[in-house]
Amino acid sequence: MENIKATRRDFLKTTGLTSFGLALGISSFAKDATVKKIVPAILKLEINPFIVIDTAGNITIINPRPDMGQGSTQAVPSLLAEELEVSLDQVKIAQSDGKDKYGNQTSGGSSSVRSLWEPIRKAGAAAREMLTEAAAKRWNVPVSECSAKDGAIIHNPTGRSLGFGELADDASKLEVPKNPKLKDPKDFKIIGKYNKRLDVPERVTGKAVYGLDVDIPGMVYAAILHSPSLHGKIISIDDAETKKVKGVLKVVKTERPMPHRTSEAVAVIGTNWWAALKGKKALNVKWDNGDLEKTLSTDKYFAETYEAAKKDGINYEEKGDFSAKYASVEKKLEANYETPFLAHAPIEPENAIVHVKDDGSVEIWAPIQGPDWALRDVCAYMKVAPEKVKINVTLLGGAFGRKAYHDFLLEACHLSRELKKPVKVIWTREDDISQGPYRPGMLSHMQGFVENGSITGYHHHAIGESIVGQVFKGLKSDEADPWLSEEISMNNNKYTFPAASKISWTNVKTDIPIVWWRSVYASNFGWGQECFIDELAHLAGKDPLKARMELIKDDRFKKVLETLAEKAAWGEKLSEGQGKGIAVFKSFDSISATCITVTKKDQGVSIDKVVTVIDCGYYVNPDNVKAQTEGNIVMGITAAIKDGITFTNGVCDQSNYHQYNIMRLNETPKMEIHIVDSGANPGGVGEPGLPPIAPALGNAIFAATGKRMRKLPFDINNLA
Amino acid sequence: MANYNLIVNNKKVKVDVEPDMPLLWVLRDFADLKGTKFGCGMALCGACTVHLDGQPARSCQTPVSSVSKTTKITTIEGIGDGKLHAIQQAWIEEQVPQCGYCQSGQIMSAVALLKEKPSPTDEEIDSAMSGNLCRCGTYDRIRRAIHRAADTIKVSEKGIGKN
Repeated sequence: MENIKATRRDFLKTTGLTSFGLALGISSFAKDATVKKIVPAILKLEINPFIVIDTAGNITIINPRPDMGQGSTQAVPSLLAEELEVSLDQVKIAQSDGKDKYGNQTSGGSSSVRSLWEPIRKAGAAAREMLTEAAAKRWNVPVSECSAKDGAIIHNPTGRSLGFGELADDASKLEVPKNPKLKDPKDFKIIGKYNKRLDVPERVTGKAVYGLDVDIPGMVYAAILHSPSLHGKIISIDDAETKKVKGVLKVVKTERPMPHRTSEAVAVIGTNWWAALKGKKALNVKWDNGDLEKTLSTDKYFAETYEAAKKDGINYEEKGDFSAKYASVEKKLEANYETPFLAHAPIEPENAIVHVKDDGSVEIWAPIQGPDWALRDVCAYMKVAPEKVKINVTLLGGAFGRKAYHDFLLEACHLSRELKKPVKVIWTREDDISQGPYRPGMLSHMQGFVENGSITGYHHHAIGESIVGQVFKGLKSDEADPWLSEEISMNNNKYTFPAASKISWTNVKTDIPIVWWRSVYASNFGWGQECFIDELAHLAGKDPLKARMELIKDDRFKKVLETLAEKAAWGEKLSEGQGKGIAVFKSFDSISATCITVTKKDQGVSIDKVVTVIDCGYYVNPDNVKAQTEGNIVMGITAAIKDGITFTNGVCDQSNYHQYNIMRLNETPKMEIHIVDSGANPGGVGEPGLPPIAPALGNAIFAATGKRMRKLPFDINNLA
Repeated sequence: MANYNLIVNNKKVKVDVEPDMPLLWVLRDFADLKGTKFGCGMALCGACTVHLDGQPARSCQTPVSSVSKTTKITTIEGIGDGKLHAIQQAWIEEQVPQCGYCQSGQIMSAVALLKEKPSPTDEEIDSAMSGNLCRCGTYDRIRRAIHRAADTIKVSEKGIGKN
């Protein structure tokens, strides 16, 4: 019984509730998700209390998707509020802590609304039905005469009402309906409508608390000197000058645990972070770099990818005999499209506070995308049970995939265990940019052909380091990367080539750490796919839009392309020196198409306008769909025309924003975003806007100048 | 270590820190004003922007010893005078922030711009705001919000004039 009480008390504490009332959880996130009732006696069971209505009428939802700017703090409660018939400001949000009972809790793969769409609405509808039934019983009237409105149940004929809080206890004694009736989308009051995000005010007043803003009593600060060659071994540490810095407490040999290997590092511990940083700069550490100066090189890596492009890869899928057909046709093309390694570079650098306590328990405060993954990583690294780890997720000052890679968090774990104190690790911008992990650089080897004026054959050979392989150690040597299915498979891009088509893969390995970056491989392979389709269209003597319409049978794709043609005035006469380019890409279940207009200017072009059309199925807030797409336009252009990450002689050539530039306000072109309301199941929103951006720009440049860009990034002011 | 008497958001603040400590870390870790953010440490991103006597300055490159005891330091926590500044209100109306981390710096740059140029052109916005990076890519909304705030201020000043 003690355990139960403790669990209940903890839960009430987490959610800030005073009493229990009605609590509902969700059994799974599969299509057949069922809603379960949580009573205090079964709280110890591994069932997720997602939604709680206490006897004071407070409604709390546990948000299982940390907010890194994508808007989960609005999207998730909206799903509940809609079905519960309450307004958004009536729902309080608590962040989940990574425990199994909350299921998948990672913000990634543009999954928040996609995966929570059914289960949270079901839970909301179930709660509404239970509260309604409780009220009907209290009044002794038929349920059909009662309805929910603004946090109360109304008896329609008499106008009597009872607040949710007054009904919560009664409702909790009722059976949970197996198939609660979800609202008809035409009756939605919140979903699909413009609503201001309620946490914007705290983000414009400096009150929002990001990881970097958390202070814990008794904590010390760590600045970490990482190996300049990422994986060098320490020969000697001279810390004489460091120890003279006021505020420096200690110099500790430590480590940076990455999924594919652990590297040595030196931490300077200080009473404040500035002192620790000064101490770090004063360190004199000698490194044995072994053969890293030769092996850690992006030139070497890309040379290997171009070699691989000359050979056959492992087939992922093939229709017809592409190679035989390709050998026999006359009108054919072959090209290599290259994308660089990229840093995520969120403006909030990686940081974490960890306190390993005397009893061996671990408490964490950190801006992380997935407390569930973090919990798993921390338990494995620290060899502790999940019950002994408490994770407090803070707001994330940007992430884009980076903060679901836990090297910085495990560094803080290691240091706190050594120092027996709460330790706050803060990475410098230089650590962030020159240490990785990065989006992998990739090569797309493209082949295709034209018969009788139509594109009939296509081959995309994807070449590079595999995230599945390096991060998850899950790629067999005779296997094509399975993640190609979500990105460039024919089933995903919906192109149909009458003669033959093939998708193949070659893994080129590197020790440069890699990880997912906004839209994952789609950000790489969209470049090759969509520029090459453009090349084939020109070879066939066809308009690039019409050529795509001929190849695509899918109605949603067609509608998106038709809408783009209309909104971007495709086909209308252009001014002298102007050119328009289009690209379309489906990722994370959403289709996004972009038209970019450029004008020739000196040795380069300027971007006049970007128009994007997105079909993401049902969405929560159209303004947030637009905001995310605006962000994807800016990040997509940055990836095309700013800096890539390169390694020369074992060291990253970029260290801060002066060498790894990101687009600025004065460079931001005019943009326009249109949403196609398809009424399909929700797709992702945070990432799908990015993949078509670079190829639309490349195709626009070809249209304006006749220059075919095949390697990213390029200098938009000097295309020579 | 040395004692510094600072005026932050019209309040006297006394700190005992190293002379070369940037104002950023003094504000965050010694004055408990966490709204000013660390982004790059090289005055490249603008997340640490504060006002020194009304002028925008990158606090990550401003040693505390270079700030005189009569200099008025204003941070994101101090621009509203207890209520929301027109810029902050416009930021809410246009739903500018995504993650929001860079927005303290963006807002400080925008407030300084409007003081200097109450009706800025797009070119003037470009030049005043190009030092503030936003990785979420909220630039289009920042531009709209600055125009909106400028309009709001004009309207409210006209109102005062009539009285």
